[in-house]
Amino acid sequence: MKARVAIRYRPGVLDPEARAIEKALANLGFTGVRGVARTRIIELELEAADREAAEAEVRRMSEELLANPVIETYSVTIADR
Amino acid sequence: MATAEITPQELAEHGLTPEEYARIREILGRPPRPVELGIFSVMWSEHCSYKSSRIHLRKFPTEAPWVVCGPGENAGVVDIGDGQVAVFKMESHNHPSFIEPYQGAATGVGGILRDVFTMGARPVAILDALRFGAPDHPRTRHLLAGVVAGIGGYGNCVGVPTVGGETSFHRAYNGNILVNAMCVGIAPRDRVFYARAAGVGNPVVYVGAKTGRDGIHGATMASAEFSEDAEAKRPTVQVGDPFMEKLLIEACLELMASDCIVAIQDMGAAGLTSSSFEMAARGGTGIELDLDAVPLREANMSAYEIMLSESQERMLMVLARGREAEARAVFAKWELDFAIIGRVTDSGRMVVRHRGEVVADVPVAPVSGGSPVYDRPWRLPDPPVPFISDDQTVHLSPREVLLRLLSCPDLASRRWIWEQYDHSVMADTVAGPGGDAAVVRVHGTKKGLALTVDCTPRYCRADPRMGGRQAVAEAYRNLVAVGARPLAITDCLNFGNPERPDIMGQFVGCIEGMAEACRALSFPVVSGNVSLYNETDGQAVLPTPEVGGLGLIEDLAKRTGLAFDADGLHLVLIGEVTGWLGQSVFQREILGREEGAPPPVDLLLEKRHADFVAAQIEAGRLRACHDLADGGLAVAMAEMCLASGRGGRLSVPAEVPSLFGWLYGEDQARYLLAVAPEHLRPLLEEAAAAGVIAREVGVTGGDALIIDGMPPISLEELRRCHEGWLPAWMDGGEGSESGSWR
Amino acid sequence: MRAAVVTFPGSNCDRDLRVAMERVFDRPVASLWHAETELPPLDLVGLPGGFSYGDYLRCGAIAARSPIMGEIRRLARRGVAVLGICNGFQILTEAGLLPGALVRNMRLSFVCRPVRIAVATTASPFTNAYAQGQELTLPVAHHDGNYVIDPEGLARLEAEDRIAFRYLDNPNGSTADIAGVLGPQRNVLGMMPHPERACDPLLGGEDGVLLFRSLLAMLT
Repeated sequence: MKARVAIRYRPGVLDPEARAIEKALANLGFTGVRGVARTRIIELELEAADREAAEAEVRRMSEELLANPVIETYSVTIADR
Repeated sequence: MATAEITPQELAEHGLTPEEYARIREILGRPPRPVELGIFSVMWSEHCSYKSSRIHLRKFPTEAPWVVCGPGENAGVVDIGDGQVAVFKMESHNHPSFIEPYQGAATGVGGILRDVFTMGARPVAILDALRFGAPDHPRTRHLLAGVVAGIGGYGNCVGVPTVGGETSFHRAYNGNILVNAMCVGIAPRDRVFYARAAGVGNPVVYVGAKTGRDGIHGATMASAEFSEDAEAKRPTVQVGDPFMEKLLIEACLELMASDCIVAIQDMGAAGLTSSSFEMAARGGTGIELDLDAVPLREANMSAYEIMLSESQERMLMVLARGREAEARAVFAKWELDFAIIGRVTDSGRMVVRHRGEVVADVPVAPVSGGSPVYDRPWRLPDPPVPFISDDQTVHLSPREVLLRLLSCPDLASRRWIWEQYDHSVMADTVAGPGGDAAVVRVHGTKKGLALTVDCTPRYCRADPRMGGRQAVAEAYRNLVAVGARPLAITDCLNFGNPERPDIMGQFVGCIEGMAEACRALSFPVVSGNVSLYNETDGQAVLPTPEVGGLGLIEDLAKRTGLAFDADGLHLVLIGEVTGWLGQSVFQREILGREEGAPPPVDLLLEKRHADFVAAQIEAGRLRACHDLADGGLAVAMAEMCLASGRGGRLSVPAEVPSLFGWLYGEDQARYLLAVAPEHLRPLLEEAAAAGVIAREVGVTGGDALIIDGMPPISLEELRRCHEGWLPAWMDGGEGSESGSWR
Repeated sequence: MRAAVVTFPGSNCDRDLRVAMERVFDRPVASLWHAETELPPLDLVGLPGGFSYGDYLRCGAIAARSPIMGEIRRLARRGVAVLGICNGFQILTEAGLLPGALVRNMRLSFVCRPVRIAVATTASPFTNAYAQGQELTLPVAHHDGNYVIDPEGLARLEAEDRIAFRYLDNPNGSTADIAGVLGPQRNVLGMMPHPERACDPLLGGEDGVLLFRSLLAMLT
């Protein structure tokens, strides 16, 4: 089964890299950009009994390691077989 | 098994000539198998075989009582006393860095680190010599940013301080940047490891990262001229993993503390092929390899790919038989792959098996040492005529000239670069970037190693022999200026296409000039690297024989630096002033010209002046000392003031023929010293007795630089000028406004 | 004083920290491997700088989950002093032993330079030998030293006097110029500047010595 975890900064945490991208886009003349956010995607291949079990497992992985709850939020998607 | 003849096209793709092919057929008595063709291709590439350079490299002096191991091993080794040795080498990673600056530079650092810890030394310092195209060339900023980030990204992570280096710009590097990295390590003298396979039946062991399809034919790429489609070669770029390297350093050094290892060699250019052939060739043995045992990162790799992969962070070792379990445990602790992939034989042949088949069976010696050697035709440039300057042609005030020079691309502060390098990790960096030479304490002692990298390519282009001498002499001066006794050099010889007689002439001239200087100064070459074909569409780089110098400071309490620590010190100039402006930074930046002969290098004078300065440092008379180089006296003085945070006055003698020549001329064999009043007289007397020209030229103090005949320049303004250019330019500002070198 | 320094795969200031401690404490400092789970009796544990696990995933994230960290959490609860420097600070925040997080420097690049910081509290085993407000110069060398914390967390740090050091010339964009913070029991300190690189006049300063002297005075 394939799972995908998308991790991004919590609203309100300033991401210096996103800010630099926004500034660079403005310098290139893309003046309409109103916000830039970066998301980190981690793809996993795993064995699980079913989608629910897989999602529960990946959520635990996210809580324990993949995301830092102090500054990040995450979402989990389980792909179809 | 019968093998088919190789087609001319396959041959060309492997960078081999028909004559070389005939030789291969002769060695094998049959056409080569595909893997064998790949082996010959990389082993006989310029990069691995030195076929164009070998006959000239023999001209270098390589011996001295303190040299433990000269060229031919992974790195040079010199004795530093107390049962310890310094191990050092410099290497280029030019082509990969132009294609992918971050990874190219990063893997360059990784490679040179491996050359040093392979010999049993803990790496303690990294230096880098970087050459970029003109600041207004569209790619320069991107390349510089990537290279600096790559060097930092790798060196910072492995935790070896980057303590020094040099960076310059010239349009001749627009299509071929130079990234030369030097690494220095320290080892116990009785535990230096060499890459000589020995002991029939001993296991050949692979450790480190897994093998992927990275950089196949990187060595051949480093031996070919670039063309506009270089971008298309991108997939061959290797990716570095400094974390893996750090583990590899610790695991190897841990294992080296035992006596399990018979021989060890890193897998650099041409990967498993060159490492196995070199170990067998140096040991006069054979090796059998079983490629099915090689740890792979990708499925279905062919024998050809496994033998030629340039995946990073891998080492090949010969272990003493029966010690496998002990070695395996060390690598397991560091979570690194460990695989027995072959054994040492007495056949003198390399026999490679894959999936039950012999894919290569070739004699070691003719492949490793038997490449063709070329004595390529060469021609020196016409001797340049001295450049005669006329102060009347300068339309800037002397003050404007100084500020312009201090903020020009080649003389502006490099702080923006070296603040991205961790230069204080390991807590032994006594003098980091920004001085004449970096100084790193030998851990746990009061001794220090002084380190510098130097070359003035514009001198080398105008007069290769003089430029070669100057590169060595400047390295020597930089070491002397911090209070070190110069011991030896490593070099990295970067040139264009050696098949062109004018380029080959630059190469030969520079080597001969370097060799003369090394001999005169008892400053032998103990390791080095040649990088040819630095050329794109017929435009070659400036001849750049980079010199990496190493010296020893016996007592760090006696070292000097360029910062003076008090007001009222006398400034004494050592050396003759002719006001030589040919090929100077002043000539290029202010007059917009690059012509004439470079300043002559009188090696007897270099030696005499260096001995004198060293004796004054030893006697404790100097409060500061600075080598005079690019930009001459006034720039040296400004640099000393900035380093000190104190001003000073520089007087201009009434009788000078050219004010600009006096201030900005680049006469060689010169130093600027700061001397306490009570030491002035004995110093001047000893100079006179030793036949050394020494004259008092000023005094320290105040918060401005005051040069006779020009309004004072506050330290603040000097600093703004000197520090401003690089960050502003990296931020997208304009390049320098000066003219002809663009 | 029984002190130890932990080595994680990729630590590169472990030796520097041990050498500085031994110099001030004048006794041997033990070395601990990250996989250990049974520790000798200790008064002080140092988590050194470096790039544990290559800074992969997030700086300090993987090291914070290594076997030894369970023990260190237990020691911290019992009041043993825990000092995290640079990557060690990142590990402590990732492990939840200190609040906040360390993200990419505001200017995005690695920065290595001496910075001036002020001692913001002397009420800790790490800072009691300094004077309140004392100005120090210590080197920083990091890519991810930008300390972030939410406003409530910051208010709490300030109310509880748990900001140990503040930058006088903020090199990385840290919230409220924070260079070092204390844990709730004041026995855990995380800081980005490197005091262990400033314990020898030959290396350009000794402003770090008093930090180790503070520990020596409090713990022996």
